[in-house]
Amino acid sequence: MITREDVRRVGWLSRIELEDSELDEYSRKMGLVLEYFGVLDEVGGDVDPTYHVLEIDNVFRDDVAGEMLSQGDALLNAREKRDGYFKSARIV
Amino acid sequence: MSIDRVRELVDSVGIEEVLHRCSERIEENKLNTFITTDFEGALTRARKRDGNGGGRLQGVPVGVKDNISTRGIQTTCGSRILTGYVPPYDACVVERLKAEGAVIIGKTNMDEFAMGTSTETSYYGSVRNPWGRERVPGGSSGGSSAAVAGGEVPIALGSDTGGSVRCPASFCGVVGLKPTYGGVSRYGLISYANSLEQIGPIATSVGDVALLFDAIGGYDRRDSTSAEHEFDTSSALDSDVGVEGMRIGVPDEYFGEGTSGAVRDSVWNAIHTFEDLGATYEIVSMPHTRYALAAYYVIAMSEASSNLARFDGLRYGYRVEEGDWHTSFSRTRREGFGEEVKRRILLGTYALSAGYHDKYYLKALKVRTLVKRDFETAFKSCDLLLAPTMPYPAFKLGEKIDDPLSLYLSDVNTVPINLAGVPAISLPCGFEDDLPIGLQLIGNFFCEPTILRAAHCFEQSTDFHKRKPGDV
Repeated sequence: MITREDVRRVGWLSRIELEDSELDEYSRKMGLVLEYFGVLDEVGGDVDPTYHVLEIDNVFRDDVAGEMLSQGDALLNAREKRDGYFKSARIV
Repeated sequence: MSIDRVRELVDSVGIEEVLHRCSERIEENKLNTFITTDFEGALTRARKRDGNGGGRLQGVPVGVKDNISTRGIQTTCGSRILTGYVPPYDACVVERLKAEGAVIIGKTNMDEFAMGTSTETSYYGSVRNPWGRERVPGGSSGGSSAAVAGGEVPIALGSDTGGSVRCPASFCGVVGLKPTYGGVSRYGLISYANSLEQIGPIATSVGDVALLFDAIGGYDRRDSTSAEHEFDTSSALDSDVGVEGMRIGVPDEYFGEGTSGAVRDSVWNAIHTFEDLGATYEIVSMPHTRYALAAYYVIAMSEASSNLARFDGLRYGYRVEEGDWHTSFSRTRREGFGEEVKRRILLGTYALSAGYHDKYYLKALKVRTLVKRDFETAFKSCDLLLAPTMPYPAFKLGEKIDDPLSLYLSDVNTVPINLAGVPAISLPCGFEDDLPIGLQLIGNFFCEPTILRAAHCFEQSTDFHKRKPGDV
């Protein structure tokens, strides 16, 4: 079961604002899904987790400057920018 | 319409006329298949390339799912939060399509961030199924599949995280391939669940799907999960090489209690068609199938909660300017994301949070190991596996959208394939009340040539792919 307070907490962690009036509906629908996830408890035995299906190692490129997105292109879609930087809302 | 036929048309009536016909068809069909069209840009790009021909898709119009980056064309992922976002670069698959001469005419509608089975969660409205306008086209690549089925484009790209190419291919009566994980570069694909998703081709025939796969597949150094594997699909469609002696496994668990009678009958008829063609079959058991759906959703939601953290309104897309950083960030996401996306981010965050990580996320990854082992065991005695793609044909718009769990349960036969990372194709194998039924052929890692060959043989021996949708 996931409570209203749990929903509010994960909302905060996820940076998704939720109204008080929505919490019951979210907790009800999320509760049904989590209840279904309970089927995983039936699986016994300990095996290694699979994070990735292929045997692939980390890939590193040579430390040589190459072509990449220009600063101008990277900023193209920003609503607010200044002096070649993204402009964020006040943090502190 | 086939790639060959379109290329003939381009030669006879010219690219401008071909693009005009696509545009008219979209207009007439009114299926809401495209979020953005760019016929003017398409014509300019096609003319620029004219004379530099030689590509296998020269002049062929293509629809690209709206979670695949296209330089200069709006890419929204079906979400309000990316309204107005115009990527400054092309995805690898888009570069490869262009290199073959294909002409991108627009971006196809999809479930928001590919989270759905019906294309009803798109911020830009639901897509309708050309076989029945009151039916869903499947999802999440519903726009791509309905556009191909409705004759708007001969080929399209989708992406498949848990069935999002195969489900709409099945519901719309077209062919769709989910390649081996790592087989097609994800560079430029806007991530939802990065360990599960692959870009896949959709077309009206197995041959066209094979050609499109050949064009987009193969290693790309910009995707760190890209596999260094060279696919050779050249013999897959060779009519001299049939399915004689091919060993087909039929997983019992893929015919669960929710499977409709017509789906069951059509798929069994397909098995007997393969027998007539010289293949043999055996019933196989994949005991962890029962847990695959839950494991899939835990992993997909967990990865989504991380991947979608980048949408903060700062660098691109929709933004609410209000208060400090936290307030602006949280309101942007509140207004920018739809209900299903928010629910999946919240559930994923919950599954990864302290105290629940081992119970949900780690457990799901362990079940993934067991599901993968089921496939490894089956492929010791079989060359491919055969099952229904979806348990039933297209359901009605609005029928399941208010009950997320019932919608998730539709994916029961498609998600195990993504958990394991193996390839699978869906192609038409029958009808129920004039709605198409899809057959799923599943191969071992990098065995796309095997499933393409089997699918092609089946297609050559049957007429299901020749029937045209009635509601366009």
